[in-house]
Amino acid sequence: MSVRTLEVDGRTITALEGQTVFSAAWDSGIRIPRLCHLGGLSEAGACRLCLVEIEGQKKLQPACLTKVAEDMVVNTATPALLAHRRLIVELLLAERNHVCAVCVLNGACELQDLAAQLGVDHVRLRPQYPSLPVDLSHERFGLDHNRCILCTRCVRVCDEVEGAHTWDVAGRGRNSRIISDLGEPWGDSGSCTSCGKCVQVCPTGALFSKGRTVAEMRKDRGFLRYIMTAREKKLWIS
Amino acid sequence: MTGEVLAQTRDTERERQAGLRERIACCSVAGCLSAGGGEVRAALEKAVNARGLDGQVEVIGTGCLGLCSQGPLVSSAATRQVYAGVTPEDSAALLDGGAGRFQGRTLGPDHPFYAGQRRLILENSGRVDPERIQDYIAQGGYRALLRAASAMSPAEIVAEVKRSGLRGRGGAGYPAGLKWELVARHPASDRYVVCNADEGDPGAFMNRSVLEGDPHRVLEGMAIAGRAVGARQGYIYARGESPLAIARIRTAIAQAQREGLLGGRIFDSDFQFQIDLRIGAGAYVCGEETALLASIEGRRGQPVPRPPYPPERGLWGCPTLINNVETFANIPAIVERGGAWLAAIGAPASPGTKVFALAGRVARAGLVEVPVGTSLRTIVMDIGGGVPAGCEFKAAQTGGPAGGCIPAAFLDLPMDYDTLPGIGSMMGSGGLIVMDTSTCMVDVARFFMEFCMDESCGKCVPCRAGTVQMHGILRRLTRGEAAASDMSMLEELSRLLKETSLCGLGLAAPNPVLSTLRHFRNEYEAHLAGRCPAGRCSIPVPEPV
Amino acid sequence: MTQTAPMSNKPRFATVWLGGCSGCHMSFLDLDERLFDLAAIADICYSPVADIKEFPANVDLTLVEGAVANEDHLRELKHIRAQTRVLVAFGDCAVTGNVTALRNLFPLEDVLQRAYVELASSGRSPSADGIVPRLLDRVLRVQDVVDVDFFLPGCPPSADSIFDFVATVLRGGRPAREGRRFGA
Repeated sequence: MSVRTLEVDGRTITALEGQTVFSAAWDSGIRIPRLCHLGGLSEAGACRLCLVEIEGQKKLQPACLTKVAEDMVVNTATPALLAHRRLIVELLLAERNHVCAVCVLNGACELQDLAAQLGVDHVRLRPQYPSLPVDLSHERFGLDHNRCILCTRCVRVCDEVEGAHTWDVAGRGRNSRIISDLGEPWGDSGSCTSCGKCVQVCPTGALFSKGRTVAEMRKDRGFLRYIMTAREKKLWIS
Repeated sequence: MTGEVLAQTRDTERERQAGLRERIACCSVAGCLSAGGGEVRAALEKAVNARGLDGQVEVIGTGCLGLCSQGPLVSSAATRQVYAGVTPEDSAALLDGGAGRFQGRTLGPDHPFYAGQRRLILENSGRVDPERIQDYIAQGGYRALLRAASAMSPAEIVAEVKRSGLRGRGGAGYPAGLKWELVARHPASDRYVVCNADEGDPGAFMNRSVLEGDPHRVLEGMAIAGRAVGARQGYIYARGESPLAIARIRTAIAQAQREGLLGGRIFDSDFQFQIDLRIGAGAYVCGEETALLASIEGRRGQPVPRPPYPPERGLWGCPTLINNVETFANIPAIVERGGAWLAAIGAPASPGTKVFALAGRVARAGLVEVPVGTSLRTIVMDIGGGVPAGCEFKAAQTGGPAGGCIPAAFLDLPMDYDTLPGIGSMMGSGGLIVMDTSTCMVDVARFFMEFCMDESCGKCVPCRAGTVQMHGILRRLTRGEAAASDMSMLEELSRLLKETSLCGLGLAAPNPVLSTLRHFRNEYEAHLAGRCPAGRCSIPVPEPV
Repeated sequence: MTQTAPMSNKPRFATVWLGGCSGCHMSFLDLDERLFDLAAIADICYSPVADIKEFPANVDLTLVEGAVANEDHLRELKHIRAQTRVLVAFGDCAVTGNVTALRNLFPLEDVLQRAYVELASSGRSPSADGIVPRLLDRVLRVQDVVDVDFFLPGCPPSADSIFDFVATVLRGGRPAREGRRFGA
């Protein structure tokens, strides 16, 4: 496979042909913010946080879907991009009922981290306060729609890695909801294998393990590696 | 079917029609039917029978006659006049030489409504019954397909479409020939042709009317496209909300299959082409091509980022040609009369005609077809008869919720794909809503934002959550509850959606806001101060402190 | 509104407590011996932890803890803003509504019914005017009522971040926005 050389934020980096700008930047220590991307899953291109400026292109491009090219010049953190990212995070925080203080993932949440990193110290938009349910019907896990940002990592991991496709999205626009199977309670799902991958990939406290009080839970991403190693190498090692 | 059979069918039907004393065509698309056109047609058929005129006088249904606001419309082949506001009671007068009864509601070809129009897409209105394939064949229908299947190579067809300069009629105006070429040149073995009939803009009914009035024209255009790009399968993606169009497409497909105009070995060539109908479930976003393709595949109708574009990677991963109804409806004439013929009509960079659904505050509302580049003044003032008395023209909205408004100062600008974006509007697919001085432009922006908010698929954050916030601000403005900071946030959100949304819906959702801000910022400022200049918004009078 | 020049010789500093749990003030008290440092550079003229009844005039810097939940908060906050040069939304309830605003998911009547009738022995909702302040239909953030100059999120903000923040503002500086967290 051939190598491509490109410039990201003034640094010359090398990447493999076919690699995305996001992953090439990541390999070189440049962290482009994202919430829907997760290595190992297909790309949704939905959160729009990883949009970058590419010289010679009029439109902003999602780094997670844009393949590197020779002599490409990428800027990942211009003032305009940072302003867009802040506003996107504000939109997410205003959209549902994110109350960090009483969330199971308080202190370990990707949305909370991103807000802090981007300097979102308040939300200028009107909070929407939608009335949303919490599904606690599953024996081991819970789904709190109040904390869901619709990144669809759970949908993709369940479909692409576990192969169960328990999760999908119903409704549209602001009424979009993650549903299990055809909308029945999670605990009644016939397809769910209770593997827990969705809980581990969820960037917020929307999908959580039961029995944890505020701020107790930490995500165990090593578990995913364990599963993937087992899948690819047929070895149950961690 | 063979070429000889086609010619024979044509001649037989022409002779039959020539033998009639009169052929009365009742507009049978949704607008006139909802105004009672079906009853008028039944009354006419009964009257013909009662007078013993069967075999001499024929009553048919036909495509849109245009002046929808004054339906039911009936046209007479004998007098070459169109009669408006016909009722079941007075319709029989047309059989008894009593057309004088329709004084004041008779429109000849020189009537201002028709005089400024150039009808190509709608040329069969009044002549063809959409439910009779013989009618379409009698007007020269399927001759272009015969030519394409037996006398032209695929490359020649593509070259002809390129020569015509035809630009996609879905709204963006991408050169059709280039798109065809991309698909035709792709090395993949399976390709598809898709007709985007998911017309969802508020106030837009061009495509629906074409499908209801002349479905074979679209089928023929698609089949020619199939031949040109090497596809064997086509899909029409229509809206579930247009049941009549769906019924007419179904009838037309069945007829064309029966006559061997669709299916295997078309005109005894090695060309085979099937068309299937897919019906949308009511999502506006499925008019976006990648969402439409996902819906055809049976998946959730939501867009995926482009590139890759459908000509490279479309239906089931195969190269796919996706064009709008009106684009396909242009094709038979281009093949039949040559690309140069179409290129000579309209504006040099935007050839051909464009069908507009003229609606809103205008004296004569309906379906009008004009050369591209015709001025808004001609369409609204001459053809449409201007705004009703008591008010003045204020602006016209083109392009639906993705478009922008054109204020009175630009009435003389040519309506084409390149000029309108310069003033913050766009051609769009043909929706044209006229607004007069009684219209509040902030309320118009709020209306379109509410539409986008409800129709956002919810996949990307800027569109899903941004339209909600923008709508909230616009609603506060129309209620006199907005603050100055709301205005700057409205503009900041507009920029965000325009630059970061995933698909065209979100990218274009701020357009009505941006264009009303550009041309009518004073109205926003008045609302901030608690006043609606048009007097439409009910802003409470502040209580004295 | 936002000041950038250094404050007067000994700026007048206040903290107020609206609809919140007072946790932000507890964290403020966790400044411990640094409270003396603060008293050295500012005149602490009003605070729930100081026994002063009326919010004074000509305050240079006020930290507002809590959301705006009732009519008293609404009136007080407007008064405070009028008397304050630099106003800071202090802690998550002031900044986002936080726990105080959780009741915005329900109609006010349902909340009162639940708190005072279903879960209490008195069986009466405190509705009589003049005894307790009337609750607003919806809990508001401080920014929904008055202009806010700076935001210090956190539930609660740590003592360290409070000290750095206040010291920076008193020096006429702009506290960095990056790195401040909602919640923990």
